[in-house]
Amino acid sequence: MKNQMKIKSIMLSVLMVGLALISFSACGNKEEKVEILGAGATFPYPLYSKMFDAYFKLNTTKVNYQSIGSGGGIKQLINKTVDFGATDAFMTDKELEEAKVPIIHIPTAMGAVAVIYNLPNIKGLQLDANLITKLYNGEIKTWNDSKIKELNPNIALPSTKVLVVGRSDGSGTTFVFSDFLAKASEEWNKFLGNGKTIKWPTGIAGKGNAGVAGMVKQTPGAIGYVELEYALSNKIEIASIKNKAGNFIIPSIESVTAAANTEIPSDTRISIANTEATQGYPISTFTWVIMFKEQNYNNRKKEQAITLLKLASWMITDGQKFHRALNYSPLPSNVVLQSKSLLESATWDNKSLLK
Amino acid sequence: MNGDKVFKNILLLSLSVLILLVATVLILLFSNSFATIGKFGLSNLVNKVWNPIEGEYGVLPFLIGTLITSFLSLLISLPFSITIALFLGEYFKTGFLNSFVKSAVELLAGIPSLIYGFWGLFVVVPLVRQLQTFLGIEPYGVGLFTASIILAIMIIPYSASLGQEIIKLIPTDLKEAGFALGATRYEVIRTIIIPYSFSGLMAGVILSLGRALGETMAVTMVIGNSNNLPTSLFAPANTMASLIANEFNEASGEVYLSSLIEIGLILFIVTSIINYIGKLIIKKFAPHSN
Repeated sequence: MKNQMKIKSIMLSVLMVGLALISFSACGNKEEKVEILGAGATFPYPLYSKMFDAYFKLNTTKVNYQSIGSGGGIKQLINKTVDFGATDAFMTDKELEEAKVPIIHIPTAMGAVAVIYNLPNIKGLQLDANLITKLYNGEIKTWNDSKIKELNPNIALPSTKVLVVGRSDGSGTTFVFSDFLAKASEEWNKFLGNGKTIKWPTGIAGKGNAGVAGMVKQTPGAIGYVELEYALSNKIEIASIKNKAGNFIIPSIESVTAAANTEIPSDTRISIANTEATQGYPISTFTWVIMFKEQNYNNRKKEQAITLLKLASWMITDGQKFHRALNYSPLPSNVVLQSKSLLESATWDNKSLLK
Repeated sequence: MNGDKVFKNILLLSLSVLILLVATVLILLFSNSFATIGKFGLSNLVNKVWNPIEGEYGVLPFLIGTLITSFLSLLISLPFSITIALFLGEYFKTGFLNSFVKSAVELLAGIPSLIYGFWGLFVVVPLVRQLQTFLGIEPYGVGLFTASIILAIMIIPYSASLGQEIIKLIPTDLKEAGFALGATRYEVIRTIIIPYSFSGLMAGVILSLGRALGETMAVTMVIGNSNNLPTSLFAPANTMASLIANEFNEASGEVYLSSLIEIGLILFIVTSIINYIGKLIIKKFAPHSN
């Protein structure tokens, strides 16, 4: 009996100390600066982590970004567990409707998907959407096929077998790649469609950009597609792609920015794949940060909303200087202007926050 | 007296937590895959087309892929794991060689599957590709065969280490009786050790099969991730666990997500069935204890 009393009193005091600690740390949190939470696309993750690190040094505002994938980013924002989401594919009209409250899209950077190939000693391969379609649906079986020769009259193509490498995991990269092909090739649109995962009729598929790049690099005769950064850092040959104007364009920081040299709708929700721009690389895309237009929700503090908007407007202005070093393309000035006015449209109790 | 009660209650508590965990996993898998089951019924099990864009979610290619890789890897690993078990349990029960081989095998079990995947991708895949070029088939390198080799190496430690413990447990009288009758060592192994320890060896095999069924990362990296029904042992394919790992992150839409969870449920059921069959085999071959 005595023992039990003793145990009880010990437990009680442990509980008290615990409670005291919890309340103490809770007090500490209140004193701290606002922290911004974000989640979403993996594609801009290297860029964002560099940017947010720099932003923390400038403003001591901590940004916690989780690269869980575009779909996850949209879900987290709608569930109101993060301040902003990030996505490579803009939300469709249907998705926006399901969200019920208005959401604004702020483009932060541009990227490209490079078509890579492994043919020893062959550089400067030129491809167009129809050819890529015929390679991916298994119609063209060897590299010296007459259809490839037609576009590459000056290259001595070997009789190596074609091995197509797709992407196995759902990904924004696949979305952009198939978006371009679905727009530029009727055959692709009909048989393979457009989405984050494609049912590949032939060949193999690698997991992640690294998986695809590794597979192509290892296998002679292979062709695949990865984000530009992975093609450059792995030193794999990149094909130039015929754009809508009929020019063969190699992906580069400049040719990707040039792809946005076309009419952009005011909400910036546009796919610039298969761009009209004459010097633009056709498999280019924006990547967006998404947030609620009305920032007063879920009992947030006004300070939180202001910090978020300041961060976003820094990302589209001063933050753009980090892009080149990491092989992302900066936004062209017309898009920066449009994004600024979009940010100004964000409200707190229906009043503009930034002005 | 009091301590006894407390101990018994602790046992009961941890036991019920365990049972509760398994039950909740099963219930969650089932309730979350309801959208798919309601829509397609059991037809998904025999549908061989997985195409989320078109809204087709056939499970057959992955079911086949999982079963082939698991059993093929078991087949490849069996000779190795049994010889290791015999070596450690019968020939070198103590000494330097024993501890060396034993720790090497245990080390195999401790290597993260990602490392196996990378090793497979950079070492085994090129070798298989050479073999395929030699045989005159599509030189993918990756595929069912490569995945099974990697899996086989990964599961050897499980059956080997259990096997050697079982073999050590065989009563010396039995073996000595065999020798007394003039049996050679090989004959003792063949007629006494293997039959006597068969159920124990099978237990190890079932344990490793469980690992092979659920292995994800290493398989994803070397299986080729083709969502089509495999046409040969060398063809690229996919397994259930690997598909879930690949597509779960970006799965959008209720049916898509619930289809992936349904695959998890099927994996759960398949694993349970195989475990049950394994237990039946163990029971049948258990040494007769009067």
